[in-house]
Amino acid sequence: MVKQFISLEWKAFFRSASFQTNLALKILMIFGVISMVFWLAMMGSFLYFGLEKAKLEPFTTVNMFMIYYIVGDLTIRYMGQKMPVVNIKPLLLLPFKKTKIVKFALGKTVLSFWNWMHAFFFIPFSIVLITQGFNPLGVLVWHIAMCCFIYANNFINVFLNDKLWLVIGVGALFALLGAAQYYEYFDITAFTQPFFQGLYEVKWTVIFPVALLAVVATIAFKYFLARLYLDAGLAKKVSQASGGDLGWLDRFGKQSTFLKNDIRLIMRNKRSKTTVIMSIFFLFYGLLFFTGGAGGMYEGPFARMFAAVFVSGGFLFSFGQFVPSWDSAYYPLMMTQNIAYKEYLKSKWLLVVIATLISAILCIPYVYFGIDVLLAIIVGGIFNMGINAHLVLLGGAYIKTPIDLQSGKKAFGDKSSFNLKTLLVSLPKMLGPMALYAIGHYTVGPMLGYALVAIVGLIGFAFRDKVFDQIIKIYKSEKYKTLEAYKQTK
Amino acid sequence: MITIHNLSKSYNGVTVLNLEGFEIPRGQSFGLVGNNGAGKTTLFSCLLDLIQPSSGYIENGDVKVHESEDWKTHTASFIDESFLIGYLTPEEYFYFIGDLRGENKADVDALLATFEDFFNDEIIGKRKYLRDLSKGNQKKVGIVATLIGKPDVIILDEPFANLDPTTQIRLKGIIKQMAIDNEVTVLVSSHDLQHVTEVCERIVVLEKGELVKDIITSPATLKELEAYFAGNEIVTEM
Repeated sequence: MVKQFISLEWKAFFRSASFQTNLALKILMIFGVISMVFWLAMMGSFLYFGLEKAKLEPFTTVNMFMIYYIVGDLTIRYMGQKMPVVNIKPLLLLPFKKTKIVKFALGKTVLSFWNWMHAFFFIPFSIVLITQGFNPLGVLVWHIAMCCFIYANNFINVFLNDKLWLVIGVGALFALLGAAQYYEYFDITAFTQPFFQGLYEVKWTVIFPVALLAVVATIAFKYFLARLYLDAGLAKKVSQASGGDLGWLDRFGKQSTFLKNDIRLIMRNKRSKTTVIMSIFFLFYGLLFFTGGAGGMYEGPFARMFAAVFVSGGFLFSFGQFVPSWDSAYYPLMMTQNIAYKEYLKSKWLLVVIATLISAILCIPYVYFGIDVLLAIIVGGIFNMGINAHLVLLGGAYIKTPIDLQSGKKAFGDKSSFNLKTLLVSLPKMLGPMALYAIGHYTVGPMLGYALVAIVGLIGFAFRDKVFDQIIKIYKSEKYKTLEAYKQTK
Repeated sequence: MITIHNLSKSYNGVTVLNLEGFEIPRGQSFGLVGNNGAGKTTLFSCLLDLIQPSSGYIENGDVKVHESEDWKTHTASFIDESFLIGYLTPEEYFYFIGDLRGENKADVDALLATFEDFFNDEIIGKRKYLRDLSKGNQKKVGIVATLIGKPDVIILDEPFANLDPTTQIRLKGIIKQMAIDNEVTVLVSSHDLQHVTEVCERIVVLEKGELVKDIITSPATLKELEAYFAGNEIVTEM
């Protein structure tokens, strides 16, 4: 029976639309996985010595930050790891035992990349520990405990499926705790560090993580099993319509028709809500850059320019690059209605620009890190609105991935959303302002650098309609291909 | 109103549609019948410029549909759920279509008021998203939306499928009314021979992409069609 399941999965994977995308994408994906594995392996191999060099007790330090590692893993999983929904509905009527369906679905998650990628960190790290004279049995027990935590995360993710706010809450809580620790108000690791350390020293404590894993796996199993009914977990959720008639948007004239739709799209669909939340996270990247965090990797004026474009561009990048894919579910309607493409584009553009403006305003507190930072953010914002807002829409015209608005997953880098053309269009978004700034910085000084970025951004506004015409041309010439591609739902 | 010229469509060498051409005059209510795979939806999709024909072209009100988009101003259509916007309520959807077709809220409301019976109190004012409506109710919304803005050409693919008996009867009334009242050209495809013969003045039968029958509806049409689809056309006495 398992053989049949596996063959179903095999076919679903290789016959899915996203698999049959171009070669460049596959290479990119493989490259991404390899580099991830590489970094984790490097970290596992050299972290010990690095910490030693920094005059820290390596194992203790790792145990101290382990709580953040585990919570971070859970949050990222929530965003990225897909739910094990093997095409369950058709299986319900076939002579399978329900428990078997659930076991298979959960078993599938166990094999996920999200779990075994951690091996690349923990295995080398454990080996290093043993070679450095730590008690091998203790290290082994510690290692097993870590595996339990990673797998516990895997199962927690199954029943967290719909609890977006809970995950954000936990993520935000730990971000706060991290900040509290940094500023020495309160140190949560004072409580958690002895526990992780204890797993090594007092070996029997390993039963806690093992028990946790067992409990969590059972809950996930029961949770899944109980929802195998058409009116329970497999049911479509019926929600009450929310939001008024948005009449206040009428002041935007002709664009208001589309603007209203776009705002409803964002408010009422899971996928787009996730996107908005992600763009809020972008705002906080600045903390990493401007504080000289992450080992000083991001210091220097160019990195500052890069960061400045980044912090205000969250919505721009995550929403803008999927225009018109957001409308993929009803693209045939759009193509048979009397739609003025220009108004359609303008409305998306307006949305992106307003969101960028709001992001830039929210970034004003970064002035704490110096007036230079604020200047960089302001000119970065101008560049985003004047140049990047067009580029992102232009890049989107080449993306033909249908978006399933109702699924919250996959918002983190939709696999099939990359192709060479979008990549080429994306390059100037980041490198452009950095290069411009560099020119100014090295000829006259930072002020000319900022001025250049701002001026080019302002000039960009003038070319808006030209770019729009180009995008419309692409929309028209790619119409049939796009319609065809959007029909593929998986 | 609509003229088809030597239209053909093939996928990888397999021809799915091959029509020498015919004309649908203004105001005609036109029915398209055929078994699965006969090319009904392909024809409608070509007509709406959603797919490119392999050869030939279609004119809709003197506009070649693949060259200009002007046909969109006078043509309305409902093919399947991809013509609905799932995250809108029915009202919001109607107003959206109204906006695109240059009708204000009051115009749309006036039109909707005449469909109170048709909606059977399950559509308006329920604060439900279209994606959460039943298939039948979704279809009702899609069909009524095609009437917004007084289009000259209305294209409905399988409008009777998924509808309950009462609604089917009401829909027949609506289509008949349109044919008589305001010179609207209605194109309907269906598997239900009885419905089509009741509402359409002319019926075209497609089989494997070819036109096999082009009949002006008369009391004998239903029998003729039934005989044709039963596969024993020769032995029936006409």
